[in-house]
Amino acid sequence: MTSPRARFSLLGGYYFGLVALLYLPIAILFLFSLNSGTLLSFPLRGFTLDWYTKLFAADAVLRAARNSLVVATGSSFAATVLGAMVALLTTRYEFRAKNLLLALAVLPLIVPFIVLGVALLLLFNVFHIERSLWTVGIAHTVVALPYTVLIVTARLAGFDAHLEEAAMDLGADYLTTIRRVIFPIIFPALVSAWLTAFTVSFDEFALALFLAGTTPTFPVYLFSQLRFANRLPIMIALAVLLMLGTLTLVILAERIRRIE
Amino acid sequence: MLDRRSAFWLLLFPPLLWLGLFLLAPLALMAAFSFRADLSGELLQAWTPTLAQYARLAAVGSYWRLLGVSAGVALVVAVSATALAFPVAYFLAFRAGARAGLYLTLLLIPFWTSYLLRVMALKLMLGSNGVVNSFLLYLGVIHEPIALLLYNRFAVVLTLIYVWIPFAALPILAALQRIDLALFEAAADLGAPPPAQFWRVTAPLSLPGLFAAFFMVFIPTVGEYVTPLLVGGSQGMLYGNIVQDFFTKAANWPFGAALSMIMLVGTLALAALALRVVDLRQLLQ
Repeated sequence: MTSPRARFSLLGGYYFGLVALLYLPIAILFLFSLNSGTLLSFPLRGFTLDWYTKLFAADAVLRAARNSLVVATGSSFAATVLGAMVALLTTRYEFRAKNLLLALAVLPLIVPFIVLGVALLLLFNVFHIERSLWTVGIAHTVVALPYTVLIVTARLAGFDAHLEEAAMDLGADYLTTIRRVIFPIIFPALVSAWLTAFTVSFDEFALALFLAGTTPTFPVYLFSQLRFANRLPIMIALAVLLMLGTLTLVILAERIRRIE
Repeated sequence: MLDRRSAFWLLLFPPLLWLGLFLLAPLALMAAFSFRADLSGELLQAWTPTLAQYARLAAVGSYWRLLGVSAGVALVVAVSATALAFPVAYFLAFRAGARAGLYLTLLLIPFWTSYLLRVMALKLMLGSNGVVNSFLLYLGVIHEPIALLLYNRFAVVLTLIYVWIPFAALPILAALQRIDLALFEAAADLGAPPPAQFWRVTAPLSLPGLFAAFFMVFIPTVGEYVTPLLVGGSQGMLYGNIVQDFFTKAANWPFGAALSMIMLVGTLALAALALRVVDLRQLLQ
């Protein structure tokens, strides 16, 4: 029979061991972004900030990062607006196809990315739409939608619909009600949905590989560069910077969600 | 003046149009393409539906075998990730105390960093001149690099389990947090020692979370093609990789469409099964 304290340390030890294991690759990436050798193996050669300075001269890398930023910004905005619409419909209206709409909106969580990717590739080819950042952005909007719908729905479901009725009884039209009552209520959820959609898009590779064409997003570019060992440290340096950026966003999203 | 009724249609139209155009239409088009004989002529030109692609698929055992292997890999990955995530969720729910929120965030942060990079980092660690091998060589523990660590199906399974554990902990945690603590007191009052409390209270009540975790890992893993591409080598290919090949290298779209239809139908059937087993709405509250 083990004492409660011993059980705590066993479970706690397991948790911290796992966390350490999860952070190890990230720590190693960070280490190699500061290592002066090009070969990614021990022992380390020496400390350098060269990769970070070289990074800002590497046009293709920066262009790819910029592409990802553009796609993520656009698609997350679209997914948030569309998601808020679906959430409003399913929480504030009664109609027969409600469950069908909700099922459709969260369907992208179930359809394998490879299937959606090739299906969209077919669609764009049939209608002679050239692959570009637009086609990637469209796909990302679809796969981010379930997250934005769920986040905004959770917020709306937790709020009394009578507030809106009161506003309309007092003479506000629906647009005013949305602007002055619903929007302030769901604002934290909108921000958190937007940030979630942003990170989903920014990191997405499986769809982008099919749909990016000649303008790669950062993950696609990174994938194409994995073969060239001498370019790897620069990619890792950028990756570390991007990771710090994503981290900031995620922590921010978490903070905002907690404000509720 | 916009009234609530007309707002309904304004709210409905954009998401419906988007999902119709970019989710339903492409899937329908893919279904239609799987009934084409070949790609001759214009892409949109009418064709006589044929089952030729499915007949070919049915005749070649290796596709089914690979589908079976993919399902097997997904099963192993989902079971392992769920099992390994349970103690973490248990720790967060019952032992972490006031720090639980912080510990949860700490666990989830790696999940939100680039997937491609985390896998690449694993590759740096496991490769034959990677971190693990060069470190062991440096220490003198081994004299030849261990090649088994990378470019096989084992590496794919290991990598997938590793990346899914934090994610699998979430639904389990949700289920554990819903357990009424008074139940433990009641069990203790009735003379149940802690192990009995665990098996008679905690375990049954955490089942919905365990099932949810299993399906949340299993479903995306069946369609996985990126991880095999990175760490699988030629031995570690999964079903998703042949779908990809038929749309890129082999450029046989009707056959690729038939292959992905099989995967789509299988996944949807699984999801339907999952929704019967787990009441998602209950877990989301």
